[in-house]
Amino acid sequence: MSAPSKSHSLPADAATEEQRIALDRVSKVFGRVAAVRETSLEFIHSRIYVLLGDNGAGKSTLLRMMAGLAQPTSGSITLHGYTRERMGYMAHASLLYDELSGMENLRYFAQLYGMAANTDAVSRCAGVMSSVALDPALATPVRDYSQGMRQRLSLARAMVHSPQVLLLDEPFSNVDAASASQMTALLSKLRHAGCLIVLVTHQLSVVKDVGDEFITFRAGQLISSRRRGQLRPTDIIQ
Amino acid sequence: MRRDQTILAVITLGLLAYGFYQAIYVAPTEQTMGDIQRIFYYHVPSAWTAGVMFFVNFAASLVYLVRLSPGIAKVSGMIGNIVATICVIATLLLRDPLYTWTVKFWLVFSIAVLYFLFWRLAKHTSQGRADAWAVSAAEVGVVFCTIVLITGPLWAKPVWGIWWTWDVRLTTTLVCWMIYVSYLMMRKFSDSSQTATLAAALAVFGFLDVPIVYMSIRWWRTQHPAPVFASQGGGIDPAMEHAVMMNWLAFLCLAGLLAWMRYTLDRRRQHLDYLHTMEALSVSDPARRPTELKGIR
Amino acid sequence: MSASTNSSGAILRANLAKDLRLEWRSKDALNAMGFFALLVVVIFALSFDPTAEESRRIAGGIFWVAFLFAAVVALNQTWAREMRNQVLDAYRVSPASASALFLGKVLGNFLFVGAIEAVVAPLFMVFYNLRPLGPAWQLIVVFLLGTWALVANGTFFAALSLRTRNREVMLPLLLFPISVPALLSMVEATTTILAGDGSAGMWMKMLAGYDVIFTVAGLLLFELVMNAE
Repeated sequence: MSAPSKSHSLPADAATEEQRIALDRVSKVFGRVAAVRETSLEFIHSRIYVLLGDNGAGKSTLLRMMAGLAQPTSGSITLHGYTRERMGYMAHASLLYDELSGMENLRYFAQLYGMAANTDAVSRCAGVMSSVALDPALATPVRDYSQGMRQRLSLARAMVHSPQVLLLDEPFSNVDAASASQMTALLSKLRHAGCLIVLVTHQLSVVKDVGDEFITFRAGQLISSRRRGQLRPTDIIQ
Repeated sequence: MRRDQTILAVITLGLLAYGFYQAIYVAPTEQTMGDIQRIFYYHVPSAWTAGVMFFVNFAASLVYLVRLSPGIAKVSGMIGNIVATICVIATLLLRDPLYTWTVKFWLVFSIAVLYFLFWRLAKHTSQGRADAWAVSAAEVGVVFCTIVLITGPLWAKPVWGIWWTWDVRLTTTLVCWMIYVSYLMMRKFSDSSQTATLAAALAVFGFLDVPIVYMSIRWWRTQHPAPVFASQGGGIDPAMEHAVMMNWLAFLCLAGLLAWMRYTLDRRRQHLDYLHTMEALSVSDPARRPTELKGIR
Repeated sequence: MSASTNSSGAILRANLAKDLRLEWRSKDALNAMGFFALLVVVIFALSFDPTAEESRRIAGGIFWVAFLFAAVVALNQTWAREMRNQVLDAYRVSPASASALFLGKVLGNFLFVGAIEAVVAPLFMVFYNLRPLGPAWQLIVVFLLGTWALVANGTFFAALSLRTRNREVMLPLLLFPISVPALLSMVEATTTILAGDGSAGMWMKMLAGYDVIFTVAGLLLFELVMNAE
């Protein structure tokens, strides 16, 4: 494995033209309900994609399939120029241990990505933590974090191994406006560094200035896909 | 019922009737136990049949696991062929008069046949089929195992004077029954869309456990007084042996028929799942249906 | 490749350290299991006269049954921890191997159950007025092998039960039938050593064989169980 600990700065230094994720007629059925229905999409590097839609529209399921946590019932997801190791995933749940502090959580997950438990990894984790405006020295267990802090730590966990792809499920839920704008600033910084970001959200207002493409789902089906600026009020059904 | 199943059903009925006639009328009455011994003509074949069914469950589960990845299926097919070839060559060499040919020949020959059949099957049986065979065999096996556990005490009470004793075979049968009941319960309670995979893993654990259970209980019992058997060893009347074998054949056919029917049912359930999936995706045109559907076909 | 074995060793260590730290912070498993084992031992002592000479004969059985039940409590706890906040998903998206998680959990559970045994066993000896008439060091070997047998299978089946409804009930249903030979070996070995008649060597070999077979099977099959949806 190429040492990810080296890249202190920003990830995806060598984004090339063929780096993309292709979804070919992907469907996912649970029992008798189709969560995702024959969806074909292409996600290209250095862009932020925003998946919009009601609850149960299939956005989260799509993200889980892209992360490799669920297998599509039919269709295929192909990674071009990406590997699963260089993907970061932030779920609706926090994916954190409540009993551990923020730094302990990050260091554990860094080790899962092959970063040794040395000072390099520690400074990498501390850097990630500061980038989401959390104090690395904070010894409070995650249990006692506020919802906004927890979300930011979740984001930090997803990017601890400097991923080239970030899959974020509702990153701004219960996050105060200041934290949200910090997070969006970070995301757009990552995007300019070549990172591919796919995020699911209800709060269009938070991302309408940073998102590049806005994809709307309804009942598992792709309804529309628009560039920023072409977004119409009818695309978002609350 | 399918036509070939009807034919098998008729054959099974005939065999069962013949076996009944042999067991009740033809076989001589046992000297010390009397007519009660005739329950053996049902008890013993049931036990053997249950054993065969549990083996089928294990084999089908292994096939399922092997089929999880096409690479493993290919490699295991190759290994199976090589092992089978080596076994056949070894069997031929073992015909050397220096060896007692019966034991070793049959041992190696049966290994060869099992490997060959199993790995050929592994290469050509789909996951859906393998899983359907696994669940059918386990259910029928549990039924026959239950028959063994009921007929055993019925015989033991008048002959030994006790309903139950913690003898090797009795205890092993009981534990075996518990293992496969827990297997079926796990399938029933499973909340996963990959029940078949979990069940296959459990089946491997269960089958690995059976010989260990047998050995441990044998050692356990040798340290404790064994129950006094009414009749120990001795020659068995050919008519008795004939009755046992005929009944075993009949029971195997019956078990096979039941498992086959259960298999057909499970395949229909799988097909229904497939149709539900298609309906959910609102693909009514068969030509547009995705050909490659994970976990169903 | 040495680099990959190194890193999977490091991941195993990371998993174990994380489990120990979590347990140290919450003490969920240790408290529940320890108290539970103590209760079972006391209840058995009240049900059977512990001062009678026969109690020496059944002491091994009571002890191991208590720990079989207690281990179930601990095993459910350690996986419940991975399900809270769906942390297991974070493990599954990472490149870390499933067997490192399995082995880490087995080692962690082994330490927890072993620690409680180390506390309860002397208490048990006092309650039942026991002293081993056979070689006492063998008791330690039996304890190590027996505990490994319980937790190796238990960890696997607890992970399997995660994918079922009413998973807390499912674990004993799956674990107990499979554990019969291991339980028999532990009980017989312990009783033999306590009573000092004959050798427990055969039972210890049996336990060792059981441990090897089911640890290997668990390592091979755990990835399937972990990745089941």
